[in-house]
Amino acid sequence: MTEAAIKGNGKKRTIFICQGTGCVSGKSLEITEALKKSVAEQGISGVNVDFTGCHGFCEQGPVAIVEPEGIFYTHVTVADMPEIVESHFKNGKPVERLFYKDPASGQAIPYHKDIKFYSMQQRIILRNCGRINPERIEDYLATGGYEALKKVLKEMTPKQVIEELKRSGLRGRGGAGFSTGQKWEFCHNAPGDQKYMICNADEGDPGAFMDRSTMEGDPLTVIEGMTIAAYAIGASEGYIYIRAEYPLAVKRVRLALKLAEEKGFLGNKILGSNFSFRIHVKEGAGAFVCGEETALMASIEGKRGMPRSRPPFPATSGLWGKPTTINNVKSLATVPVIIARGADWYASTGTEKSKGTCVFALTGKIANCGLVEVPMGIQLRKIIMEIGGGIPGGKKFKAVQTGGPSGGCLPENYLDQPVDYESLTAAGSMMGSGGMVVMDEETCMVDVARYFLSFTQAESCGKCVPCRVGTKQMLDVLIRICGGEGRPEDITLLQEMGNNIKAGSLCALGQTAPNPVLTTLRYFRDEYEAHINEKRCPAMVCTALVRYYILPDKCMACGICARNCPVEAITGAKRMVHVIDQEKCVKCGTCLEVCPEKFSAITKVSGKELDVPREPTPIRVEKPKVQAVT
Amino acid sequence: MITLAKDTLTKADVQDSLKDIFSHYEGEKHELIPILQETQEKFRYLPAAAMREISRFLGVPEANIYGVSTFYAQFKLTPLGKKVVRVCRGTACHVRGSGKVLAEMEKQLGIKAGETTDDMEYTLETVACIGACALAPTMTIDSETFGKMTTKKVAEVLGDRSSNKG
Repeated sequence: MTEAAIKGNGKKRTIFICQGTGCVSGKSLEITEALKKSVAEQGISGVNVDFTGCHGFCEQGPVAIVEPEGIFYTHVTVADMPEIVESHFKNGKPVERLFYKDPASGQAIPYHKDIKFYSMQQRIILRNCGRINPERIEDYLATGGYEALKKVLKEMTPKQVIEELKRSGLRGRGGAGFSTGQKWEFCHNAPGDQKYMICNADEGDPGAFMDRSTMEGDPLTVIEGMTIAAYAIGASEGYIYIRAEYPLAVKRVRLALKLAEEKGFLGNKILGSNFSFRIHVKEGAGAFVCGEETALMASIEGKRGMPRSRPPFPATSGLWGKPTTINNVKSLATVPVIIARGADWYASTGTEKSKGTCVFALTGKIANCGLVEVPMGIQLRKIIMEIGGGIPGGKKFKAVQTGGPSGGCLPENYLDQPVDYESLTAAGSMMGSGGMVVMDEETCMVDVARYFLSFTQAESCGKCVPCRVGTKQMLDVLIRICGGEGRPEDITLLQEMGNNIKAGSLCALGQTAPNPVLTTLRYFRDEYEAHINEKRCPAMVCTALVRYYILPDKCMACGICARNCPVEAITGAKRMVHVIDQEKCVKCGTCLEVCPEKFSAITKVSGKELDVPREPTPIRVEKPKVQAVT
Repeated sequence: MITLAKDTLTKADVQDSLKDIFSHYEGEKHELIPILQETQEKFRYLPAAAMREISRFLGVPEANIYGVSTFYAQFKLTPLGKKVVRVCRGTACHVRGSGKVLAEMEKQLGIKAGETTDDMEYTLETVACIGACALAPTMTIDSETFGKMTTKKVAEVLGDRSSNKG
C-alpha cells in the first residue's frame, strides 16, 4: 500500500457503513452513531461518515468501506470505532485485524476490489448498491442517474424504447423469463387511454432478498426504470407493490418517490415534456400468491389476492380492467442501464437466449452468504465454490436449490451446467426470482421437499382444486415418509400427484409447487427409498427415524447429559454408565450437544438399534462390545 | 387446541381512532387493505367492532372484509401479546436448524406458534423469510433481529426481555 493510497490521495475521505437489513440486524445503526461520536471526539477533519444500502456480502456484516481508497472492513462493532478513527484516519494506518481474510489462505485482503467474492461478479442491477447513500438523490444523479430518462424523453419515441428493450434481450427477472420488450409492446398496442405500470416488489420466496436489497440500496434506479416503462406503454399511474415485512425498503422507496417528485422526475410534465406519471406505494399484507400478477392486481384493488385464469392477459385487461404491465424490481433496475449504454452493450453479456446478468441470493450451507450478480451462462460451480467460497466446515456438497419453493434441487453433476433460463428448466428447476440455497451432506432431501411443500401448501390460495387438495395430499405423504410410516407405493403416488398438480393448476404457484418433490425424487431417489424401505434417514435429520445412544465404553459418568435432558430420559449415577430411555427420549439432540468433546460418548444412528445395556452399569469395568442388531 | 385472547373492544372504544384513520381516505373500495393495515397498527389486531365501522365507511359487506382479513397473514383477529416473537422459517434458516429454535421457543414460552401466552406478554409466530439469510437462523422480537440463533440462545434472548420488564 503506498502512502498516497492510505491517505486517499489527499482527498476528503468518506467512510460508508452498510445499512442494509442484514447489517442493521448486526447493529450498524449504533455503529454509525459511535463512529460519528469518535470522529467528533478525536477532532478529525476531512472525514465524512455516511451510509449505504446492502453491499451484498452479508456474511461479513456489518461491513464498512472507506472511499476513495476502497479499504473494506468486516464484522465491525461499536467497540472498533475509536480504533478505526485513531489508527486509520489519524495515523494513516488501516486496522488490519478488521480486513477480510481469505478463507483458503488466511491472508488479510484490505481492498474491496481484490476480494474474490466481488471481483468475480459483474454488477449491473446492483451497480449502485453499497456505493451510494440511498436516501440522497444527489448521490444517484452523480452516478449517471436519470440520464436514461432524459434521453428517453428528449430523443426517443415509446416505440423506439420498446425496440431497444427487445434488442437488448432482457427477460423478466421475476421468474418466468418473458421478454420485457414484448411485454411492453403488448401493453403499448392495447387500446385504452388509461394504462397502469406496476412494479412487483412482493418478494416472497423464502431465502431470496435481492429485491429488498435493491430497493433499500438503490430505490431510484427502480423508480427511473418504472418511469421509462410507463412512458413506453403509455401509463400515467403506477404502483409499487411491496411486502410490508420489508419496513426499511418501504421507508426508502417512499422517501425516494418524494425526492424524485421534488426534482421533477415524477409528477406532471416530467422534465418539461408532455409525459406525466405518478407512483403509489401499496404494501402487501403477507400472501405469497400475490407475487402472481393477477393475484397482485386483485390485492391492489382491495380484494383477496386470488389469481384468475388468463387470457385476458394484464397487457389488455389488468388493474381495474385496464391495460397493465407488471415488471419485477430487477428487470426495472436494469432498464436505465440498457437505455444509457445501449442494447448492444447489454446483449454482449450472457448466453444466446439469456442476456445480461442475474442476481442470486446465495444462502444455506455456504461460506460466503450474500447477494451475487453474475453473467448469465456462468457455471453453478463457479458461483458456489469460488464466489461463494464453498461449503464451510469441510462438509460435502449435496444439492443446490434454485428458484425458491417453485424450483428444484440439483445434485453435484449439474454443477458444471451453465446458469440460464433454459438449462435450469431442462434440469427440472427454474431461475425463479433467484434464490440459491446450498445444501450439504447433513441436509435430508426428503425433509427439504417436505419443507418446501409445507410452505406452498400453506400459501395456496384455495381457489383451484389441484393446488388446494393436491398439495395437501402430497404433503401428507411426505410427512408420513419422514415420520417412518412411508409405504413402498408412495414414490409412484407422489410422482403421479405431482404431475397432475403441475398440469391442472390455475396459476404458477400450483404449477410449480411439486418441483422440489419431483426433482428430489429424480436425483435423490435413494434417500426416499432409505426412508421408506429401511426406515433410515441417511442425513439423520428426520427425528422419527433417529435414535441417540450413550456408548458404554466412552461414558465417564459426568452426568452433564442427564442434567440437560429436557424430558429426564437419561438415568445414571456416580461412576455408572448413563442410559437413555428410548421410550421417553424426544430426540432433541441436547445430550449430543452437551456431551464433552473429550468423551464424545453420545452417538446418533438411523435405521438400526444399538445393543447397549438398558440399565446403568459401572464404568470401564469391562468394555461391552456394541453391535448393531438390526 | 389454540388458545386465543378475547376480542373485547366495542364500538365506543374504536370510534375516535377510526375517525382519524378515515379522515385521510376517500371511502373507495380499493382502500380496504391500507385501512385495515392502519387499523391493525392502532389496535394491534382487527377488532370486530372496527370491521363493522369500516364496512359502513367503504360500503363493502362485512363478509368481504372478513374474507380479506382472513386471507392475508398480516391481519390478526385477536389481540397480540405485548411482545411479538417471530421465528424465521425461511429456507436458509431451515437448513441451518430453525426448526429446533422454534421448538425450543415453544417450549420456553409454553405456547405453540400462533398462540399468545396467558399473561398476554408474548405472541409467538413464524415468518416465511425476513431476508437476513446470512444471519440464519434468525428471529425477531418486535423490531429487533437476532441472528445465528441456537437453542441455547433462546433463553438468552428471552431472558434479556424478561429482565427488562422491570
